[in-house]
Amino acid sequence: MRSLIDIKELSVAEIEALLDRADDIIANPKKYAEVCRGKKLATLFFEPSTRTRLSFEAAMYELGGNVLGFSEAQSSSAAKGESVADTAKTVSCYADIIAMRHPKEGAPLVAAMNASVPVINAGDGGHNHPTQTLTDLLTIRREKGKLSDFTIGFCGDLKFGRTVHSLIAALSRYTGIKVVLISPDELRVPDYVKKDNLDDCGIPYTETTDLMSVLGELDILYMTRVQKERFFSEEEYLRLKDSYILTPEKLRSAKDDLCIMHPLPRVNEIPVAVDSDPRACYFKQVLNGKFVRMALIMMLLEVEA
Amino acid sequence: MNVDSIKNGLVLDHIKAGRGMQIYHYLNLGELTCPVAVITNVQSKTSGTKDIIKIDADIDVDLDILGYIDPGITVNVIRDSKVVEKKHLELPEKLSDILRCKNPRCISSTEQDLPQIFTLADRKKRVYRCLYCEANAADIVKQTRN
Repeated sequence: MRSLIDIKELSVAEIEALLDRADDIIANPKKYAEVCRGKKLATLFFEPSTRTRLSFEAAMYELGGNVLGFSEAQSSSAAKGESVADTAKTVSCYADIIAMRHPKEGAPLVAAMNASVPVINAGDGGHNHPTQTLTDLLTIRREKGKLSDFTIGFCGDLKFGRTVHSLIAALSRYTGIKVVLISPDELRVPDYVKKDNLDDCGIPYTETTDLMSVLGELDILYMTRVQKERFFSEEEYLRLKDSYILTPEKLRSAKDDLCIMHPLPRVNEIPVAVDSDPRACYFKQVLNGKFVRMALIMMLLEVEA
Repeated sequence: MNVDSIKNGLVLDHIKAGRGMQIYHYLNLGELTCPVAVITNVQSKTSGTKDIIKIDADIDVDLDILGYIDPGITVNVIRDSKVVEKKHLELPEKLSDILRCKNPRCISSTEQDLPQIFTLADRKKRVYRCLYCEANAADIVKQTRN
């Protein structure tokens, strides 16, 4: 039995296989419509979510399985003080696989250590979000046709942005990647993320506070929201929340084949006016998220089409 | 200066000079009722000066704590006034309930029954990270768990 807590637990070959499977699901959805018949996915969401929870649920339904769970901590026994370990042991009695989102970093790992069914980390605080990374990798591969030889810029909250940390970790294993880190000084990528993934893997990277000075170099721009829920100080959040706003005017200096990504939800960092730009890929990401989660559920449940 | 030799017990040798009292506190040696000697600034052939701790009782010491504080320490086991075993320490792969994670976002900050586990991430640079949230132990105020 296997869980997925951190994207680094998957080898490059396993990631490629998952992306291949997702491509095949997109091409042949009927082939997969019954593969999880009789299986149940529990979505344990201790923190609000639209895309991740619904995409997990849609994924399981499209595989022919069923879904149970909760979408906020207050509607579970966590509100009575039940531990993550006990929750995982309990839910293991009802479901065949668990997807967990939790505001505390490491909570899905604790669940995996105690559950008797596979656990998928659906986001833990500012730490990791491996299924978003699989979504991002699928989007990059479908848009660029490859997972190597490009320059990717990460912009916004790179300190608490778990999707950024996971994607950097995943890309560090491919060749020809250049990384540009664009953030206010207060929201820079943590040193351990740079050390473990960029320094140790010899990935060239630069850090800047100025998006416009690097926009023209980028093949992919990964925008992020400054996340209010990660700040202990409202004042600090208000000071940093409007650091980067990607307007159609700014995009004039970008490459014609730029791929604009965002894990969503957005606030104001990408105005709605950008949505009609053919370079905007963030709603394609949303759709890809469902397919890659279908592939992951199949892998962890060890079912085949 | 003479300190009586011990009959059955432990001698912690090659402690980096100045760390003797830190180790005395980490191992809670003050709670023992047997004779314990902390000798500081002893001449050493290899490192100039060193500290030594002699414990005149057959006790178990936490080698993980010792290895974490100073992997250069040698633990000599004494039986009938003779050294019967020399233990050379190294950085442990895992520290259990030695450090406490101070990251307020870590699951271990709210679930008090969770063991506090740190794993060795970089042996060369002596970097330990919280198993759950990956916080660097260097950012954490060291304290033993009571």
